[in-house]
Amino acid sequence: MTQPNNDKVVPGTTLSEVSVRVDGTDVTVPEGGTVLDACTAHGVDTPTICYAENLTPVNACRVCVVEVEGNRTLVPSCSRPAEDGMVISTDSERVRHSRRMVLEFLGTSTDLSEAPQINEWSKQYGADTSRYVEGGETISEPVKVQDNLYIRDYDKCVLCYKCVDACGEEAQFTFAIAMSGRGMGNRISTEFDVTLPDSACVYCGNCIGVCPTNALQFKTEFDLRQAGEWREDEQTVTRTVCSYCGVGCNLELHVQDNQIVKVTSPADHEVTHGHLCVKGRFGWQYV
Amino acid sequence: MTDLHLTIDESTADERAAVAAVLAADDAVVVHETERVVRSGMARRKQRRNLLLPALHALQAEIGWISPGGLNHVCDVLQVAPAEAYGVATFYELFRTDDPGHDESVVHVCMDTSCHIAGAEAFAQSLEADGKRVHRGPCLGQCERAPAQFVQGRGVPDHVPADEPTVAAPGSYVLPQQGSPDLRLLRRVGVVDPTSLASYREHGGYAAIEKALAIGPDAVIGEIRAAGLTGRGGANFPTAIKWRGVADEVGRPKHVIANCDESEPGTFKDRIVMEQDPFAVIEGLTLAGLTVGAERGWIYIRGEYPLATARLAGAVEQARTAGLLGDDVMGSGKRFDIEIRRGAGAYICGEETALMESIEGFRGEPRNKPPFPSTHGLFGEPTVINNPETLLNASFIVLSGADAYRFAGTEKSPGTRLFCVSGHVAQPGLYEVSMGVTLGELIELAGGRTGTTRAILMGGAAGGFVGADQLDLRLTAEDTYAAGTTLGSGVVTLFDDTVDFTALLIRIAEFFRNESCGQCVPCRVGTTRQHEVLVEMRERGSLSDERNLLIDDMATAMADASICGLGHTAAGAVQSAIALGLIGGRQ
Repeated sequence: MTQPNNDKVVPGTTLSEVSVRVDGTDVTVPEGGTVLDACTAHGVDTPTICYAENLTPVNACRVCVVEVEGNRTLVPSCSRPAEDGMVISTDSERVRHSRRMVLEFLGTSTDLSEAPQINEWSKQYGADTSRYVEGGETISEPVKVQDNLYIRDYDKCVLCYKCVDACGEEAQFTFAIAMSGRGMGNRISTEFDVTLPDSACVYCGNCIGVCPTNALQFKTEFDLRQAGEWREDEQTVTRTVCSYCGVGCNLELHVQDNQIVKVTSPADHEVTHGHLCVKGRFGWQYV
Repeated sequence: MTDLHLTIDESTADERAAVAAVLAADDAVVVHETERVVRSGMARRKQRRNLLLPALHALQAEIGWISPGGLNHVCDVLQVAPAEAYGVATFYELFRTDDPGHDESVVHVCMDTSCHIAGAEAFAQSLEADGKRVHRGPCLGQCERAPAQFVQGRGVPDHVPADEPTVAAPGSYVLPQQGSPDLRLLRRVGVVDPTSLASYREHGGYAAIEKALAIGPDAVIGEIRAAGLTGRGGANFPTAIKWRGVADEVGRPKHVIANCDESEPGTFKDRIVMEQDPFAVIEGLTLAGLTVGAERGWIYIRGEYPLATARLAGAVEQARTAGLLGDDVMGSGKRFDIEIRRGAGAYICGEETALMESIEGFRGEPRNKPPFPSTHGLFGEPTVINNPETLLNASFIVLSGADAYRFAGTEKSPGTRLFCVSGHVAQPGLYEVSMGVTLGELIELAGGRTGTTRAILMGGAAGGFVGADQLDLRLTAEDTYAAGTTLGSGVVTLFDDTVDFTALLIRIAEFFRNESCGQCVPCRVGTTRQHEVLVEMRERGSLSDERNLLIDDMATAMADASICGLGHTAAGAVQSAIALGLIGGRQ
């Protein structure tokens, strides 16, 4: 294990690292780091769906599971703190099997047509959704188009909790949406499914920013897709600073045919961690 | 707190009065500054959120559903966001969020294992023919008197018709083993008056606490360790380790919880103990609290146990009045009190961390472990959680000593064990035997098999089937483990050769599909797809090789990658049934 560099230790704190073994190689991560951090440090590409760097892990999707010696079951790498001496396997038959099954399960229950990254993993892990009973239960409901800012297409929802947490305690503290129901009946919902304008929603759009499957999308994007005119490969992305107030949020303006079609924010931005307010997210009509 | 932004729906005076009544009753003791640990990126202070479940119960009981106006009122009073409160309300089987359009009681009929083979469907239809409102649902914990019903009352309290005799004559209960000198944990059942503290004390009640106060916490834990007591809820975890861990935590409030949410199909042991010897549960929980230094005890009991709830509530009240709970327990100078929380119909809330979420006023979604409850339990604070049978064992050990305790059982599985025997057996009921008796001996004690036994379900729906050739199996943790099965929560359900195992297994799969909380993908989708494969199997007559592979693949992923024990065990019964040739056409 690497010795801490005492010169850099702030009084009253300790700077230490933990050493783990990933696929047979020793890897060191700062104390407090996760198994996922260790895998990344080792250069292993780990699939994640419900994880995001700007949210606390909920470890609900289970696609990032790895094998840790001494654990009866597989371990979610996104949330498990790395501990000294852990022996981790990221590509064992057991790991590959559970990842494949999670991807199959999502493929059979969700419309992943606008989630290219997940589809890539499905291919990589050999997920075969055709081997399931035909007509199995899926989320099947009309797209919720309730205003001119964004739409909710829950057929595409993988129930990863990201939007709930971004709306709630992780960013916005608005709590307009929450998980409702139970089991396959789970839905992200406002109270009694009231429309967004009737709910506590403040249209910050941070839920859209974290959605991994395009279940939540700008109305502009939705309309273009409906018209068959959404051409992502022709779009340019321009990074700029929001001009509304002095916070200095960074905006990424996605432009197609000289029109802004959606706005995102870099998750690694030190002030806002990818989160915006209604003005930065939707107030671009003056441009 | 944020601006709650309530909708315009208004509550009625009746709804407000109902909510006020439960909050007034609880207000004095429950004010918690809590910090949520599950998704704990940012501290989220909550003071009264843990009153959400009682408040929702009040609304449901008052008008038969949780209306938008009623929910608004509760959210306003408790300062909970309405979307979150709605998410909690829609999680539980006993709550509904749409207007039922009638004001009648609803009869819940159990459709699971023992009731399934006892004609539950025909029973439900006969109730419907009588004009009753019937809801077909999961196990009600009355397997010894299948088919079972539970009445969710409108205008009358929730009740179970089969409880009437013991309600009319407390203390008149008769165990199959009544009078046997071998009874240890059940020695007072059917002997004491469960509504009387004086009766309990006449029969040796509170002697364990007196002894514990005399010898001190370290000696209590030492004795439990020497006795080798392990948890009786199914996981078999050493009790002394749990208690020691929490006792060693200093500087933070601590909790002890009696997990009275037994919901495993086939399990009814804790119900009978709570109904017939409720003070024993209170004493056991008090013992745990005093030992680990917790001042707050909680009883979380499933919503379908109205009599047990009433008897425990009566026992807590009497114990408080007698100074056995409160600021100075039995003159020890130690403070300990107990609060009862009623579940609302969710198997998953028997999982210890889901139970804690439920008490805190959140959806009953299990937490990822570690951290474990001994350091991060209820309200993020150190917590011991045990089920009633474990607590009764602890009292016995303190009272009689580890050596006397080990007089029963085997070296690795000391003590006695409660078994819930039901199904095709002459005398279904609750039995207490030394660990190490054989399955056949237990069944003989229950009057022997009826019909030609085809299979025996061990450990409930989360356990697995064994064949009728396993009667020599010794009932210990180590022997059942070696035989590839489990004692689980003490379930032994017999099925004769007339049983339609395909229908039975479809129901078991449906149970898990309905009861999965839906939080993690392997369990939410896996339980659903498993059920769909079995339904298709019934249509096709057998499982193809492809389907067998799929069902094995799903079982492995659920066991390996799910968050909690529900997903880990959701394929066990199906897998064992296929292996035994009970289903799937591979005879």
